[in-house]
Amino acid sequence: MPDAPAPPSSDPSSIPLSQLAVGANATIREFPKLGTAFLRLREMGLLAGTPITLVRAAPLGDPLEIKIRGYHLTLRKSEADHIFVSPAA
Amino acid sequence: MALPTHISSGPPASPSRQPVYALVGNPNCGKSTLFNALTGLKQKVGNYPGVTVEKKVGTAYSQHGQPITVIDLPGTYSLAARSPDEAVTRDVLLGRRADTSTPDRILCIVDATNLERNLYLVHQVLDLGRPVILVLNMMDLAARAGLNVRAARLEKELGIPVIACEAVHGRGLIELKLAMSRPDLPLARHAWDIPAAIAPAVGELQASLIAHDRKAPLLARAEALLLLTDQDSVRVAGSSPLSSRTAELLRAWQERWSAAGTDWAGTLVSSRYDAIGQIAAQVVLRDGTVGPSASDRIDSVATHPFWGWAVLGTVMTLLFLSIFTLAEGPMNWIDAHIASLADAVKTALPPGDLRDLITDGAIAGVGGVIIFLPQILILFFFIGLLESTGYMARAAFIMDRLMSRVGLNGKSFIPMLSSYACAIPGIMATRTIEDPKDRLVTILVAPLMSCSARLPVYLLMIAALVPGDRVPLPTKVGIMILMYALGTFGAFFFAWLFKRTLLKGAPPLMIMELPPYRLPRLKDVAQHMVERGWLFVRRAGTVILGISIILWFLSAYPKAPEGTPPTQQLAQSFAGQAGHALEPLIKPIGFDWQIGIGLITSFAAREVFVSTMSVVFNVETTDDDTTPLRQALLAAKWPDGRPLFTPLVCFTLMIFYVFAMQCMSTIAVVKRETNGWKWPIFQTCYMTGTAWILSFVVYQSGRALGF
Repeated sequence: MPDAPAPPSSDPSSIPLSQLAVGANATIREFPKLGTAFLRLREMGLLAGTPITLVRAAPLGDPLEIKIRGYHLTLRKSEADHIFVSPAA
Repeated sequence: MALPTHISSGPPASPSRQPVYALVGNPNCGKSTLFNALTGLKQKVGNYPGVTVEKKVGTAYSQHGQPITVIDLPGTYSLAARSPDEAVTRDVLLGRRADTSTPDRILCIVDATNLERNLYLVHQVLDLGRPVILVLNMMDLAARAGLNVRAARLEKELGIPVIACEAVHGRGLIELKLAMSRPDLPLARHAWDIPAAIAPAVGELQASLIAHDRKAPLLARAEALLLLTDQDSVRVAGSSPLSSRTAELLRAWQERWSAAGTDWAGTLVSSRYDAIGQIAAQVVLRDGTVGPSASDRIDSVATHPFWGWAVLGTVMTLLFLSIFTLAEGPMNWIDAHIASLADAVKTALPPGDLRDLITDGAIAGVGGVIIFLPQILILFFFIGLLESTGYMARAAFIMDRLMSRVGLNGKSFIPMLSSYACAIPGIMATRTIEDPKDRLVTILVAPLMSCSARLPVYLLMIAALVPGDRVPLPTKVGIMILMYALGTFGAFFFAWLFKRTLLKGAPPLMIMELPPYRLPRLKDVAQHMVERGWLFVRRAGTVILGISIILWFLSAYPKAPEGTPPTQQLAQSFAGQAGHALEPLIKPIGFDWQIGIGLITSFAAREVFVSTMSVVFNVETTDDDTTPLRQALLAAKWPDGRPLFTPLVCFTLMIFYVFAMQCMSTIAVVKRETNGWKWPIFQTCYMTGTAWILSFVVYQSGRALGF
């Protein structure tokens, strides 16, 4: 994943959402500040501290389906690469 | 900065004017169902001037029988718009549109199963400082999901009327109408603190909006807040722009924050969600845990790496089978009635130009389009069904990866697929695509998918192409598949090309809600189908009628002396002359002037080519049997005695019809959906240009190879 920024050093346990295992629960840690896509995702409830579940990937591997605040949402891996989460123990 | 509490608004409007309610809500929260339930069939569907966003206005009646105007605004997750639809919602609520009266009151509908995200929009709407009624929809589904959503508690938290409702079953409507009839409504009591980091900016922007944009104080505050999250803000025609002073102020603040590393938009969104979280904690109680929902179980099959494709394939196959089988009966019926109508006019009127204009021009031309109406309507019905059940979103989810190869997203899949039956519903279905460039690209390439009007041309050419009276099935199917594949490949190629050159844009996003599966409400789907069908007939009708009359005139004039056989009449008409004039242009692709006439007349609709050929070659044909026409085609010769319809020419003609824009209805619809003549003209040129170039390559290389 050469394009993805390195995980923030403050939280070594966080990984990009795109690398979360299917079915795993996690909590959002770092979220990009700029970009229309990320603003809209935030308005749809993806904020630091929000619990998130990676439900599945589409049959061809992209996009991803996540569950957040009780509803299901799709986003592409290219966006998920920039969202950092810490997996639930 | 808390809002003032307990202000009562006066009567909703002066007696001379009906109170105007705006209905707003997230997508998939049951907004259309509620709108239909409130207004019944008293709806006016049109467009907002200058943008292709549907404007729906209806009349509801209060408990006392007073009429109330309800504007159904496009669904959105936020007032920070990112598509033209959402921009219209934002602009109407902010009073930025001169063509729509600013609503007196707002009806906010939310999905009770998904309260937090739905309340985000409500939170923004409450800032507008207008009376709001909150409709808590899908209470039954919330209960089934183990959620106890306490409407009374929400009412207490927000200070506005909250009506628990199940719009699908008509429950809660009486209570809602009672609330709507109230002469006064309390304003919201939701106190929330604007984060300190951005509060000064909000104050300055508010002051500037009051001073320079003449906004009321509360509305100015709401707009100031919105400007901070409305980054690449979408501007649409008909929206009054921000004053330069305010815009300048906004830019200055954004620059200051960017330099300081302040995440202003994120701070604002977080603080709203914090406030919402506190409310939701009071309102929503979880009654234990429930297992995976029915939707989860369906999706484990419907989006499964293997079964997902099987389901998608089955659904699409069923869709096409039903379009072609269900449409056949009505199409024959319409065909028969158009013929008898023409006969009736023929007997009623004395022979002459007027009679011919009506029968051969208007009735035949418009009839040639109306005959596709059953297919178009059935397709609208299925698209509506896929949308309302929630499967449409799954199809887009599955197909997104493939569509992204050419720079589109999964939402372009259904419009392109529908175009195999008819490009018109396909093009009208592109309205679900948010990004205007993606939508335009999809519109531009959709007519390349081989529609059903091309079938008669393909079948005739295959019959003429293959020696012998009966075409072996494998050959027929093989050539057919080749033509469909060619069109599909062309559509994807041009989508790729346009996304890279003409309509370059950021790679599209695929941020899409996968709503829970729901049983469709057939009444709503049918109503939607009729609306769409009527819109097509009304808007495309004038263009189609106009072109039909022009085409009739071209083939009827100048008049030959009395008693001239139709074949010679056509040959010496303007169309015939145009065919001759066209010959130098189409000779390099193997067509003579007689085929040229067919190209001209079939501009009305592709299948007209077949009937024109019958007139050109003076053959009586019926729809079911093209054998005499086939023999006539095979007997046709160039003046020097060479056969005209060689297998190579037949094949080239098919390729020409795969690519050429030979459909006035599509042009009319594209004109309407893109708001002007620029794109339909471009589309006609690029498609027909490609058709000519490919036909030239095929014909000339075929010749070189000795065919």
